[in-house]
Parts: sequence; structure tokens; C-alpha cells
Amino acid sequence: MSDGTRENGDRDKAHTKEAALSARLRRLGEGLGQAQERGAKPADDAGGDRAATASGYARGFRLSSELVAGVLVGAGLGWLIDRLLGISPWGLIVFLLLGFVAGVLNVMRSAGVVPGPTPGNGKSAGRKQ
Amino acid sequence: MTVDPIHQFAIKDLVPIITIGHHHFAFTNSALFMFVIVILVSALLIGATVPRAMVPGRLQSVAEMSYEFVANTVRSSAGTEGMKFFPFVFTLFMFVLFANMIGLIPYSFTVTSQLIVTATLALLVFFIVVIYGFWRNGLGFLKLFVPKGVPIYILPAIVVIEVLSFLSRPISHSVRLFANMLAGHITLQVFAGFIIMLAGFGIAGWFGAALPLILVIMLTALEFLVAFLQAYVFAILTCIYLNDAIHPGH
Repeated sequence: MSDGTRENGDRDKAHTKEAALSARLRRLGEGLGQAQERGAKPADDAGGDRAATASGYARGFRLSSELVAGVLVGAGLGWLIDRLLGISPWGLIVFLLLGFVAGVLNVMRSAGVVPGPTPGNGKSAGRKQ
Repeated sequence: MTVDPIHQFAIKDLVPIITIGHHHFAFTNSALFMFVIVILVSALLIGATVPRAMVPGRLQSVAEMSYEFVANTVRSSAGTEGMKFFPFVFTLFMFVLFANMIGLIPYSFTVTSQLIVTATLALLVFFIVVIYGFWRNGLGFLKLFVPKGVPIYILPAIVVIEVLSFLSRPISHSVRLFANMLAGHITLQVFAGFIIMLAGFGIAGWFGAALPLILVIMLTALEFLVAFLQAYVFAILTCIYLNDAIHPGH
């Protein structure tokens, strides 16, 4: 008899412990879900860029390569257009200048001065889902 | 005694050349190191995940940390939808990271200091972005080149500039990694060459050689930072470009 009551008491204690544990688990799960939601939201790309260029050395390399890449692509495309259409040197002149502009745009974008081609990345990501 | 700082980038044929038509194929030291990188990355990740411990051991927590790190990078710059590209980005990150780190071991070869390797990786990313962008969005992908809120009379010029800017991506993407690794290794070699040259001058030279030695030690630490940072930058730029393919402008 006394054994039975003790068993009962134990079971009750176990029960309340289990309830507390499951409540705690639920709370943790909710917290985790919120944290993941917060993490899932894509940060604006300027912030990502800035994190990517943590050291000034890397930043300098990055900006210069952006400018050079723009100019090179402009020159290459202009030269190709000249060869294909036989309008030398106009294609090279026009596209070299446009390449410079594209290079400057690249630099400003990677420096985070100008928003990227997809303004408000966070918003668009949210809507598409 | 002088040291040739460029010599470390020489490609050597390890296995005799096979000639097919007019093309020569050889197993080079570059290919060997790429194999080593792939084997090391696979060994690390497979070896780390075999125990599947609830409380991770050292190796397993390295693997878990690298997973978490890349997963957070992908999520923060390409959104949750970008996670379908996670295996691709993770592979790129681990490959570049190991290539950079193995390159810092003396007498080893830095695969990422070859422009052709980084250009191949960057072009792979570029074509995946273009093909996936068109496959997913159809012609809507072209909206990427038409920014919103631009007056109609300058729109043609803007579109051409945007297209040029888009085409320049693989160049800057590949040149950045390549130039960083090349410049870093040449700098290290030049300063290490100073030590040898100064040490040749006798006792006074030994004291002089201490200066470049300190510098080389500091540069090596910097190179480790650059090696990691460039792998991270390569991965995050891949994510940003993939984000354009997933969500082109509207």
C-alpha cells in the first residue's frame, strides 16, 4: 500500500517533470524557429559586400579588378564588333568608353555606394516565396 | 645568389605527354595538387561524418563549422531559395580554401595562382547563373539589365552598360583570386630571397637578414588571412551572382 502511494507520487513527479521538459522543448523550438527566420532573411547585398572586404588590402584588390574587368570587356567587345561589322575603329571607341562606364559602375557597386541591379533584394526574395 | 620569384609557378609534366591530334595532354604538378585537394577535402568530410556523434569530436566540429559557415553565407546573400545551390557553393569554397592553404606549405604548388584554374571556376559560375536564370525566369531574366526608375531616353545606354557590367563579372571574379594568390606568393618569395642575399654578406649581413625574416613571418600570417578571405570572397560573390539568377530585377 505504502509502496503503491510512493509509486504514484513518483509517477506524478515524473509526469510534471515531463510536462516541464516538453514545455521547455517547445519554447526552445519556437526560439530556434525565430532565430532561423531572422537568419533566413537575406541581408542587403551592400552589407554582404562590406563583410566580404574585411581588410583594406582585399578591398583595394577587389575594386581595381572590378574597374579593369569592365574596361577589358568593353575593349574586347568593341574589337569583336569591329571585326564582325568592319566599322573599325568606331566599335572600339564606343565600347571602350562604355566599358569604362561599366567598370566605374562595378566599382561603385562593390563599394556599396550604388545599389546593385536588383534593388531591395530582401523584398524580392520575400515576395517570390 | 638570387631567387627567381616566378619559378614557383612553373608547370611541370609529371607523366609523359599523350598526344591526341595536335593537342598535348600531360599529368602536371597542377593536376596532381588538384587531386590532392579533392582527396583531402573528401577525406576530411567523410572521415568527420563517419562517427555521427551527438557531441562532435574535433574533426566533426571542423566539418560542422564549415557547413554552418557556408550555409549562413548562402542564406544571407542568396536567401533560403539559394540553399539548393549549397552543394555547389560548398564545393567551390572548400576547393579554393584548400588550394590556397596547401599553397602556403613550402615547396608545394598553388593551384589558384594559375589564371586558367580560377577562370574555369568563375566561368562555371557565370554559365550556371545564365542558364539557371533563363531556365527559371525565361525572358524575365533579362529584366536584370533594365533597372527600375530610369528615364526612357537614357535606357538604351544603361542597358548596354549593365550588359557590359554583367559580362565583366567572370573576369573580376577570377582575376581577384588569381592576382591575390600570385602577388602574395611573389612577395613572400622576394622577401625570402632578401634573407639569402643578405646572409651572404657575413656577420653584418646576418643582422640585416633578421629584418626581412621578421617581415616574411608577418607576411606568412597575412597570407593565411588572405587565403581564407579570398576563398570566402569567392564563395560570397558566387552567392550574390546566383541571387541574381534566382531573383532578377523587377
